[in-house]
Amino acid sequence: MTDWLFLTEVFLAGLGSGALYAVTGVAFVLIYKATRVVNLAIGEILMLGGYAFFGAAAGWHLPAWVALPVAILAGALVGAVVERGLIRPMIGESPISVFMVTIGLGSILAGFVQIVWGADPLRLPEFLPSAPIFIGEAYVAPKVAYGFLAAMVVVTAFVLGLRFSRGGVALKATAADQAAAYSVGIDVPRVFSLSWIVACGVAAGAGVLVGAIGGISPTMGVFGLSVLVVVIVGGLDSMAGALVGGLFIGVVEAFAGTFLGGEYRFLVTFSILILILMIRPYGLFGTHEIERL
Amino acid sequence: MRIGTLKTSYAADEALFDTRLQKLLILLACAAAVLFPFVASPYWLFLACLCAINVASATGLNILTGYTGLVSLGQAAFMSVGAYTVAVLEIHAGTPFLLNLLVGGLLTALVGIGVGIPSLRVKGLYLAIATIAASVVLHFVFAHWPLTGGMQGLSMPPARLFGMALDQPFQLYWLILPVTGLMVLGAANLFRTRVGRAFIAIRDRDISAEVLGIPLLRYKLMSFAVSSFYAGLAGGLWAYFFRVVTPESFPLVNSIFYLAAIIVGGMGTILGGILGAVFMTMVPELLKFVAGLVTPFYPDALALLAPVRTIVFGSLIVGFLIFEPHGLAEIWRRIRRFFHLWPFRT
Amino acid sequence: MTEAARDVILDVEGVSLAFGGVRALTDVSFSVRRGSITAVIGPNGAGKTSLFNTISGFYRPRSGNIAFDGRSLAGTAPPERARLGLARTFQNIALFRGMTVLDNIKLGRHAHMRTGLLDALVYRGRARREELELRAEIEERIIDFLEIQHIRNAPVATLPYGLRKRVELARALAMRPRLLMLDEPVAGMNREETEDMARFILDVKEEWDVTILMVEHDMGMVMDISDHVVVLNFGQVIAEGGPAAVQADPAVVAAYLGAGDLGRRLSGPEAA
Ligand SMILES: Nc1ncnc2c1ncn2[C@@H]1O[C@H](COP(=O)(O)OP(=O)(O)OP(=O)(O)O)[C@@H](O)[C@H]1O
Ligand SMILES: [Mg+2]
Repeated sequence: MTDWLFLTEVFLAGLGSGALYAVTGVAFVLIYKATRVVNLAIGEILMLGGYAFFGAAAGWHLPAWVALPVAILAGALVGAVVERGLIRPMIGESPISVFMVTIGLGSILAGFVQIVWGADPLRLPEFLPSAPIFIGEAYVAPKVAYGFLAAMVVVTAFVLGLRFSRGGVALKATAADQAAAYSVGIDVPRVFSLSWIVACGVAAGAGVLVGAIGGISPTMGVFGLSVLVVVIVGGLDSMAGALVGGLFIGVVEAFAGTFLGGEYRFLVTFSILILILMIRPYGLFGTHEIERL
Repeated sequence: MRIGTLKTSYAADEALFDTRLQKLLILLACAAAVLFPFVASPYWLFLACLCAINVASATGLNILTGYTGLVSLGQAAFMSVGAYTVAVLEIHAGTPFLLNLLVGGLLTALVGIGVGIPSLRVKGLYLAIATIAASVVLHFVFAHWPLTGGMQGLSMPPARLFGMALDQPFQLYWLILPVTGLMVLGAANLFRTRVGRAFIAIRDRDISAEVLGIPLLRYKLMSFAVSSFYAGLAGGLWAYFFRVVTPESFPLVNSIFYLAAIIVGGMGTILGGILGAVFMTMVPELLKFVAGLVTPFYPDALALLAPVRTIVFGSLIVGFLIFEPHGLAEIWRRIRRFFHLWPFRT
Repeated sequence: MTEAARDVILDVEGVSLAFGGVRALTDVSFSVRRGSITAVIGPNGAGKTSLFNTISGFYRPRSGNIAFDGRSLAGTAPPERARLGLARTFQNIALFRGMTVLDNIKLGRHAHMRTGLLDALVYRGRARREELELRAEIEERIIDFLEIQHIRNAPVATLPYGLRKRVELARALAMRPRLLMLDEPVAGMNREETEDMARFILDVKEEWDVTILMVEHDMGMVMDISDHVVVLNFGQVIAEGGPAAVQADPAVVAAYLGAGDLGRRLSGPEAA
């Protein structure tokens, strides 16, 4: 007999973690669209957000509603510095070199938090309401539910914001053709900076949510690997892809983890990744670029 | 014209080391390598073996990534295939170690070809990510397959030569160094021929390479095969060196390590693979040494060793990519130009 | 095979090619006589490069057929076409930046060499012999001929434009061409360089027994050295014949006036 209630609960939990993938994925896509950089350090920036929150809330005893913006600002600041200091000098280099720069950056950030906060996992101070939540009869962990809500709000704000704002137009133009965007008066370097600032801020905010649910540790950056799967599945340059891919991978992981065991989670998601690469190398929603001779 | 580079015939011009002095220096280097084990402490012998294994693997990755332009984050996973093969053969079949190494290399080459098949359709980053995916799958297989001993992994007996067990760095040195030497020589030879040129052409402009007569898939797969053959051999050497192989022996960071090694050393040069692998192997040792020095004044230094190592590792990658994208090999070349004559043209 | 057919080295018949909505080639037919210099001309965007890419096998035509030496090329992959003797240069120079001039030229011979992976790793016997023979031949027949001795060991990235074009020609010659396709061999060159290149092309034709098919905008050069001219406009052949006849053809004149908007409309697909 199938236990529908249980399945529903697993599904909802999957959506919950999937939403966090989605929001981080959106940040990833934003950077990719604007600068064509595949930022593998996104997981470490997320981690940094979690630690910044911890530092502000537990270290400086700030209330959560102050600590959260602090974390986001910390992420944004790192984004700005990284874009200026590491990414801008790499303009024109091969995408692979830039990708490796972000890997190096991830390593630096991971070492940094370990020096400041130590290697052991930490718990964030509780800041979300803890009354149990039921959807129908299905129980959802309150943190997961609030994480989901927050993530969805951010993703929606993003999609709408980009569709209806001037920044969105500039981003779209830059993504389509940097030189052309430049020549019609779009401040491409500014688009570069802003996309990194916003994306890293968002990732740091996501890190607070992720940390609230599962705690923080210097190895939290592996979250970035799952995000990588998400954006490849969705398409590197598609916000909608990040959303759909995030929720999808979240649910798949939840089911794989529940029914096969935790060690199957990566196997299943990466198998999906391989499958996608074979049949649609540019992802479900990504654009396919044609080569010219 | 400098006397040292005066060419007498095309054959001389096509030689690996084209001046007398270069040949002499190479001979001296070989002599030093032969004498080294008799004067060095076990610690230094241990490091020498480790460097050599890493040179072998990095050279393999350099063929694929540095010369063919196909980025792989699977080199460590490929090594694990060779290591497990050797361990299983050594435990269950007891076949001679050279045969085991060879089988390990060939099997890894097959796996590499499998992983490389998507390379005609997916490029650049997508390919790198596909190799991560392959690593995940391989890790899973080794962690769950009874033959490979699950999470416990395998402990294996030492290699034997004429009844003598090769279980000390001193003896292993005589196995590892020559094998690595031959592998490096093979790689250098490769790039004197049409096969190597085809690899480079694919890296530089693969679509026009095809129109010029190079079947892309065939050569991409060949590059994967050679590169993973090297990884398999290096993994096999690794297995003989440590004699315990577990799924955690070859994590993703090791793949990043090899990629970092060829970036730091210089992608697409044989010398770069050597310098980078040695350098990246020695840096943690250097840090350990420094930590030992400062401990009397700063007792927490050892605790900071791990994160500092991570930071240094990341900074080296970033720093070289930004400031010296051609790596140590380029620095070396500059020094050499300064002194005019020195071995290695590449 | 008729006498006329044997005389033809390349036969393009009814070839059409489209990129999405863009019709790059429409029902293009013409043939290249063995031993001739045939020029393909036409305004920018006429489809000349696309035509070359189709002949090379890089694009697959939507319809039509291309026969090389009486043999249909349908289903023949680009590397195999190269081996059959279809050699070419590229409009925007496709040299391999990470290699020296010498290695770029050597690369052209790839399809005709036999060294396998194992030979290559040990570099003994066949590999060594083959490489040394190749080196000698390139030195004596190509490098001397094109007067590029002084740059043979230079990385191509350091070369000026005109020399790069020459190295590309050298690489194409190393391919043992039977039909040499040159995409704008003198574009961007000054008078002197252009004359040098024209001389090289004529010499190649004479001394190497090679047929030449070239795309070129430099009318002076086209008129000087070609035997036969094919005019493309908006992907269609609008005229064909001897240089003088083509030059006088009103449709061609209209197409070339058509740098401006008026001419474009006059000679556009509706008009043709
Ligand atoms: N890969 C491609 N994808 C889409 N459209 C293409 C592609 N290649 C060429 N085209 C289009 O096909 C048409 C013909 O282009 P082609 O490059 O063949 O012209 P051309 O005659 O060589 O021009 P030019 O003299 O400027 O070199 C143009 O409209 C061009 O934009
Ligand atoms: Mg053209």
